[in-house]
Amino acid sequence: FYLTPPQVNSILKANEYSFKVPEFDGKNVSSVLGFDSNQLPANAPIEDRRSAATCLQTRGMLLGVFDGHAGCACAQAVSERLFYYIAVSLLPHETLLEIENAVESGRALLPILQWHKHPNDYFSKEASKLYFNSLRTYWQELIDLNSGETTDVREALINAFKRLDNDISLEAQVGDPNSFLNYLVLRVAFSGATACVAHVDGVDLHIANTGDSRAMLGVQEEDGSWSAVNLSYDHNAQNEREVERVKMEHPKSEEKSLVKQDRLLGLLMPFRAFGDVKFKWSIELQKRVVESGPDQLNDNEYTKFIPPNYFTPPYLTAEPEVIHHKLRPQDKFLVLATDGLWETMHRQDVARIVGEYLTGVHHQQPIAVGGYKVTLGQMHGLLTERRAKISSVFEDQNAATHLIRHAVGNNEFGTVDHERLSKMLSLPEELARMYRDDITIIVVQFNSRVIGAY
Amino acid sequence: AAGMFLRLLSDIQWRAANPKWRRMTSSQRSTSTTAEPHPVPLPAQAQVVICGGGVVGTSVAYHLSKMGWKDIVLLEQGRLAAGTTRFCAGIVSTARPVSIELKMAHYSNKLYQQLEQETGVQTGYMKTGSISLAQTQDRLISLKRIASSLNVMGIPCEIISPKKVLQLHPLINIHDLVGAMYVPEDALVSSANVSLALATAASRNGVQIHERTSVSHVTIQKGHVTGVETDRGRIQCEYFVNCAGQWAYELGHSGEEPVHIPLHACEHFYLLTHPLKEPLSSSLPTIVDPDGRIYIRNWQGGILSGGFEKNPKPLFTEGRNQLEIQNLQEDWDHFAPLLSGLLRRMPGLESLQIKQLVNCPESFTPDMRCIMGESPTARGYFVLAGMNSAGISYGGGAGKYLAEWIVNGYPSENVWPLDLKRFGTLQSSRTFLRHRVMEVMPLMYDLKVPRWDFQTGRQLRTSPLYDRLDAQGARWMEKHGFERVKYFVPPGNDLLDLDHSKTFYKPDWFDIVGSEVKCCKEAVCVIDMSSFTKFEISSTGDQALESLQYLFSNDLDVPVGHVVHTGMLNEKGGYENDCSIARLSKRSFFMISPTDQQVHCWAWLKNRLPDDSNLVLEDVTWKYTALNLIGPRAVDVLSELSYAPMTAEHFPSLFCKEMSVGYANGIRVMSITHTGEPGFVLYIPIEYALHVYNEVMNMGQKYGIRNAGYYALRSLRIEKFFAFWGQDLDAFTTPMECGREFQVKLDKGIEFLGQEVLLEQKQNGVYKRFTMFILEDHDTDMDLWPWWGEPIFRNGRYVGKTTSSAYSYTLERHVCLGFVHHFDEKTGEKLVVTTDFINQGEYEIDIAGQRFQAKAKLYPFSSLFTQRRRKDEVELSGYQRE
Repeated sequence: FYLTPPQVNSILKANEYSFKVPEFDGKNVSSVLGFDSNQLPANAPIEDRRSAATCLQTRGMLLGVFDGHAGCACAQAVSERLFYYIAVSLLPHETLLEIENAVESGRALLPILQWHKHPNDYFSKEASKLYFNSLRTYWQELIDLNSGETTDVREALINAFKRLDNDISLEAQVGDPNSFLNYLVLRVAFSGATACVAHVDGVDLHIANTGDSRAMLGVQEEDGSWSAVNLSYDHNAQNEREVERVKMEHPKSEEKSLVKQDRLLGLLMPFRAFGDVKFKWSIELQKRVVESGPDQLNDNEYTKFIPPNYFTPPYLTAEPEVIHHKLRPQDKFLVLATDGLWETMHRQDVARIVGEYLTGVHHQQPIAVGGYKVTLGQMHGLLTERRAKISSVFEDQNAATHLIRHAVGNNEFGTVDHERLSKMLSLPEELARMYRDDITIIVVQFNSRVIGAY
Repeated sequence: AAGMFLRLLSDIQWRAANPKWRRMTSSQRSTSTTAEPHPVPLPAQAQVVICGGGVVGTSVAYHLSKMGWKDIVLLEQGRLAAGTTRFCAGIVSTARPVSIELKMAHYSNKLYQQLEQETGVQTGYMKTGSISLAQTQDRLISLKRIASSLNVMGIPCEIISPKKVLQLHPLINIHDLVGAMYVPEDALVSSANVSLALATAASRNGVQIHERTSVSHVTIQKGHVTGVETDRGRIQCEYFVNCAGQWAYELGHSGEEPVHIPLHACEHFYLLTHPLKEPLSSSLPTIVDPDGRIYIRNWQGGILSGGFEKNPKPLFTEGRNQLEIQNLQEDWDHFAPLLSGLLRRMPGLESLQIKQLVNCPESFTPDMRCIMGESPTARGYFVLAGMNSAGISYGGGAGKYLAEWIVNGYPSENVWPLDLKRFGTLQSSRTFLRHRVMEVMPLMYDLKVPRWDFQTGRQLRTSPLYDRLDAQGARWMEKHGFERVKYFVPPGNDLLDLDHSKTFYKPDWFDIVGSEVKCCKEAVCVIDMSSFTKFEISSTGDQALESLQYLFSNDLDVPVGHVVHTGMLNEKGGYENDCSIARLSKRSFFMISPTDQQVHCWAWLKNRLPDDSNLVLEDVTWKYTALNLIGPRAVDVLSELSYAPMTAEHFPSLFCKEMSVGYANGIRVMSITHTGEPGFVLYIPIEYALHVYNEVMNMGQKYGIRNAGYYALRSLRIEKFFAFWGQDLDAFTTPMECGREFQVKLDKGIEFLGQEVLLEQKQNGVYKRFTMFILEDHDTDMDLWPWWGEPIFRNGRYVGKTTSSAYSYTLERHVCLGFVHHFDEKTGEKLVVTTDFINQGEYEIDIAGQRFQAKAKLYPFSSLFTQRRRKDEVELSGYQRE
């Protein structure tokens, strides 16, 4: 079974999406030029999700990747809801009041987010009312709590993550008279999702991470080379601090059973996640909800199963770790990606491949003759070489696609091997997950000119 | 750095040569190097203020002062010749396809040649000659066409073989060349020094020059320039000349009443090298390799090479922008294709060491021609800018024409192709300009075949029928932003092929247009002609008639419902416009003019109509869709749709009546077709356009109706010897010179503009005569097609140029229209052209160096007029348009 290059491309490009921050002919006052995103499924259906939106009532842009497990319900819900929680957390008191008053009197609502969605990125119509009511309760509480202080982004991100996870949990406990919705909220709560979210506002970049997706900054050194700076810590067994944290939160007696085979309670890879109430609720609560729940839930062995050595829940939290970074002109791009990418590629390679891709497209690494002695022939050779490099990149119009091409198709020499690509992409559904994970990537490109002017 | 050095050198020379300037500045400069920049206060008033101290501004100052005007102030925001002029490559090249540009460049060359002697300022003038290379046969054809025009102007020029190229320039790789054009008198100059020399001469003639003075805006009152506000105070003036180069657009928009100057800057790169081991001779010819997109000149023993790349980098879209100015740096990756072109052309230069890649922004215009003339809205506001990277070549000549324009009220040559008024506000959108100049810059070196069109900035003005026509296979061209149909591709034809019909030979739409013409002759065709400029002039009393009688040459005091073909003449009897005017009522007139007259004609009338609130001039172009029903069956279609008799007895030729067509009432029907064929033009209020079109097409089916385009119209009008304003007619052509005396009211005792000249011509004869030529030994399938601008030879001697041409499907021959002069054999002086002179010659038309025999005719073939209605009017109406 062999895929032709156009077939490979159509698979790779099926989910690609690009957004350019609107500009008027060359002038873009935003520190973000735009972003490219893409995902390649291994699961069927894919369990990864992605989101991107511009905050309309505050400044800044939100981007996130979400890696679901035990189904895609939780990742889907988080991808739809999390940014609203963050945006609301960031809103000043007056705007919250204005929005509440509008809802109260049935007036048109101020738009809070402008979404940048691929046609395949859907929102659940059925649950929108339920989600909205939960969100409204949240902002009503924020209004009541009015601290009068300006909103700190770090705090807003942490609050939003925790609040959404809490709402997911509550909605599942309360249930819904509509049987479809009732099943939905339970599926959301019993499945899980990690989240890695970036908030960019001018030179302030915040990364809020829960789980083992990763944010990485691409930095161009003075000599033109590329280096990678991690802007998140993986919450998994490889992170000693994280293992330490989990152990701290539970009695010493559980020390041995907490992390087994690099998994939480021997089951879960990420040490932080949304949903996954099986690692959060008491056994009693789990039993009560499952028993009173719909038949489908009862028929599902997974939901009924209680993790071993389950003594002192919660074992899992959705609280993110937030890293703040002040953008510098040499910070050219940010890569947000689910672990499907990082399992196959080293971050240094990611930085180099994306960096060369972006400069190839934009010629960002100017040559200057200065005082050197350069002949026309030497210059010509140099330029021809640079162009050849660029043209190999031209196949992809999307940095995320380009990265996926490398992640899936790289041979031992670090170059894309079509045969390998073809094989990897034509694996039957049931085998695909053995060779690769879902991959979701967002590459955000920064506007060095604007950043330099700050 | 080299530029700086040149500058310093020239500064010294310039001040030494100019005692007055030294008095103003030297003391300051000697005590302080940094700047006490304004030693001399600005005058409170001047007759003329020129903004811009580049080659263009200094040339205008030079020529104004030469013509005797002394009260002139030239303001420069930085230092003289420090902008684009300082950086430009200094190539004076006369090989220009447009006649007026050729003349300007030729004059510039002659001017610069003697400038050093005149002023004492070293200009670096060196007559090196230039060689334009052809890598393809088509390119060679285009060079041959230029060579033909240069030769008849007396400018030495030769088509040479690749071998000869190698003899003239030993470094050139000739293996891919098919030929070249050698212009031995082309020259190199130091452009900054030319500018300084012009300034020096102007200054000696009394022009005051102030550097480091910025114009913030121009004040305009009651439509006339009153003064200039600068960062150093105000100067009252009568005339303002905007020579601000790439800042001209911004300056035009800085005042309360904007003056739209459509130009946009692009980065332009050229390379400087160190000298060769054996330094290149300073007399080595300049090489232009348009197929390789580059030019190469010798420079200080090394070379200077730049070009016009396919992917230009526009800048300053939002106006002056410090960020962008700072970013103007070398961009080698961008220059890479041009460097490849250079090394391919001169492989021996591989080891030559790079000195610098210079980035020097140039301003470009929407149609690749510079912008000259007076603002249509602000009298006394003149513009000369948008040189499309040929500022040095054009600067001298353009400055001369503009100076003449200011002093005399008109220049000594037809500069309509460069007139600011060919543009309106519609070309002033920054988005439009940005996109268009990105197309224009590469076009500088692209091969331009007959009837090429711009591809950007399209679909701006359209008829309401656009989508309908497009769906039926319409192929479009653009005029003044308006989309017009060229022809309709019948279903089943290979569309791709047709869109790429770029050839100097028979185009592949030949048969398509042929069948449209046939349908016009035998049945009926519909052509959407909505783009025409339409004005209404009305008054409460007789003011409209009285004013128009003076401004138009034909008698407009005709019965209501009559249509008159008439010229709008200037003082010299030349056509400022050529139009048809319908008398709608005693006191109101409906005027139809060519599409590109919208701004010019409006300004002309506004400036000359009496200031009377009871006299109203209105531009109604946008209100009407015009459908031209051409053909013998038009009358049947229309009478069936209106239940009104349309035969000649009821609806004679040149008649206008409002009537119903289908359900739509109030359609203005005129029995003219602009082709000499029978038929009608329907002026339809736009909301009825689709209805009327559908009705016409449905009803017309049984009469064989079909859509047609402008190419069919053009073929029809040219075979009938109808002249077209802007193509055949211009401000230097009188009705007497094109056989249109019958359209002039000389015998009516009514005074009108241009009358004296026409009377004088009637008495003494004319010095040129519009003539029709039928090509005799021209093979339509095999030979190059004529376009326009081809030299006409009479008995082997050059007598003029063609102005338009078309294949006549009826005569099955090519028809060229053009002007014949009678140059004295010895002195070259223009003599009177008589009918005998025309009739007794043997004629040839030169198409790209190949001469074809032609038969000259002063009157059209009467056999072509299938149906005569009002015999007197139709037969010799000689009226046409577009």
